[in-house]
Amino acid sequence: MSEVKIFERPKSMYDVITHYCPGCTHGVAHRIVAEVIDELGIQERTFGVAPVGCSVFLYNYINTDMYEAAHGRAPAVASAAKRVRPEMIGFTYQGDGDLASIGMAEIVHAANRGEHITVIFINNAIYGMTGGQMAPTTLLQQKATTCPFGRDPGVNGYPLRVSEMLATLAAPGYIARACVAKPKYVPKAKAAVRKAFQTQIDGKGFSMVELLSTCPTNWGMRPVDAADWVEEKMIPYYPLGEFKVPDGEVKG
Amino acid sequence: MAERMLMKGNEALAEAAIRAGCHYFFGYPITPQNEIPEYMSRHLPEVGGVYLQAESEVASINMVFGGAGTGKRVMTSSSSPGISLMAEGISYVAGAELPCVIMNIVRGGPGLGGILPAQSDYFQATKGGGHGDYRLLVLAPSTLQEGVDLTMLAFELAEKYRNPVMLLGDGFMGQMMEAVEFKECPIKESSKPEEWAIGYMGQRGKRALVKSLYLDPEELEQHNHKLHRKYEAMAQNEVRYESYQMEDAEIVLTAYGTTARIARSAIINLREEGIPVGMIRPITLFPFPYAPFDALPKSVKNVLVVEMSMGQMIDDVKIGVGKDIPISFFGRCGGIAPSVKEIEDQIRKIAG
Amino acid sequence: MAKGRIVVLEDRCKSCGLCVAACPVKVLRISDRINNRGFKPVEQFKEGCIACAMCAMACPDVAIEVYRIDE
Repeated sequence: MSEVKIFERPKSMYDVITHYCPGCTHGVAHRIVAEVIDELGIQERTFGVAPVGCSVFLYNYINTDMYEAAHGRAPAVASAAKRVRPEMIGFTYQGDGDLASIGMAEIVHAANRGEHITVIFINNAIYGMTGGQMAPTTLLQQKATTCPFGRDPGVNGYPLRVSEMLATLAAPGYIARACVAKPKYVPKAKAAVRKAFQTQIDGKGFSMVELLSTCPTNWGMRPVDAADWVEEKMIPYYPLGEFKVPDGEVKG
Repeated sequence: MAERMLMKGNEALAEAAIRAGCHYFFGYPITPQNEIPEYMSRHLPEVGGVYLQAESEVASINMVFGGAGTGKRVMTSSSSPGISLMAEGISYVAGAELPCVIMNIVRGGPGLGGILPAQSDYFQATKGGGHGDYRLLVLAPSTLQEGVDLTMLAFELAEKYRNPVMLLGDGFMGQMMEAVEFKECPIKESSKPEEWAIGYMGQRGKRALVKSLYLDPEELEQHNHKLHRKYEAMAQNEVRYESYQMEDAEIVLTAYGTTARIARSAIINLREEGIPVGMIRPITLFPFPYAPFDALPKSVKNVLVVEMSMGQMIDDVKIGVGKDIPISFFGRCGGIAPSVKEIEDQIRKIAG
Repeated sequence: MAKGRIVVLEDRCKSCGLCVAACPVKVLRISDRINNRGFKPVEQFKEGCIACAMCAMACPDVAIEVYRIDE
């Protein structure tokens, strides 16, 4: 009888405890990014760009060259670094405020220019770090500290489906949405992240994976209930799947 | 052998940057500096470089941040309102200790202002502009030749101090044409990117971290002290100014940039009339040349500050001169430059 | 069906319970112990682990290592 270890911390993740709240699936997203970096063997030639938000400390958890960008500007930072060092693999990791609010110009233009970077977009329908305000991706009727009566489309418009919007652009190579809230979705999420990085390695253009994620603290839910909320409320509005794939492939 | 070429100011500055080894430009169009990005877009591909037109000045400075983190020479250019947009990004570049060059071809403000030249960004350039305790090293050329030479120096100083350096021009300088010579520019300074930049992880055995966040207050204080030691070193080593006809001057005219050129003509005329006027022309606006103002010749009875603004550099002149000598101001703004005659009249009024 | 066991790195566990919910054979529960950060770590309290690693995949804190036992 013998034992085989079949699951452990990826090598490119530092052995530290994260500051994230219990049940926050940033931890899952970080892990699958690190696993993909390990599997593709690109740790020493990868750079990441951390956002402003809960995951500003991405650089404390993933061991690659890292920048810490101003709020929303990670795609601009990554675009330039990649243009100067095109042999490196560059990724950004951004929350919904960072990417879809203040950073909307930067993400649209980086995608439209077809920058050879990979964007990991964490959509948890709320602003985490600043204490639970409404995000561009907050759902209708969802309550947040700045829409205490629930998001009203007449006042705040509709939640933004960023993946679908960017998929209308000609330049991007791979755009997908996946979920990290429950383990049954995680293998597909990791496959999407891997495909996104592979798109960059193959020189097939801009890639982005939107990851539906939890924020138990600001949603006011227990982690297990938050995971259910993603499945029951977020997935119907933000469908999972591939919205753009490299030429010649079929969307999954 | 140096080549002498008749060039438009903006283009000369761009060419100087390319010759200084800057092969990466990230910028956005704004009058009156558009010839800089246009020149870069034509010529950077020739040297295997990259011209990337950003979606805004905000994106531009953040691209500079990204490019600078590789250790390569990078720059952007803009004009006053665009520089305002860059303020946050400039603060980040300084906080993260990245070398870069930012050119500001100043136009009239505030707000949308005008498109004609001004010198009303002195405070913004020398007192920070963005948030936090950082400073930009600011170089203010007066002629296109000086613009070319100072551009090359700007990249050296940016690497020497790992700090953003601003080249402060104005719309006159950007748009006028003059003969310039591009001297051989050996790249002497290196910020030693193999020690800190991205892309050397295998070589260094350690990854790079380009950041400006220090949540621990003691760490942030130490970091600010570290930045300040650089600014003190700049004040020790990098002050540059020109003294013109100062030995027996009774009236000191002080101006920088294009205004100083106009002032020089006035001084030549006034000296022919026997009026003992001289000029101190700051070339580095930060670090400001306080020393020559602090140690004015005993003959000096008056100081006149002339700027294309409502009076910004005058504050630093007052710090240098102190209370004992009367300091007056003459300025034009809105895009208007003081004429030689206007400056002469001001001096004649002071001379009595 | 495979057989397995998990190791909980107790000081990493934040007691979120996602693994307990994820386990298809329900061999996990929140223990009564308190770790050095004040959380009650998860434990495998009975036999029956099938080495599916759903718990480890669910865990945001990389607090679970999974072993497959080969006959």
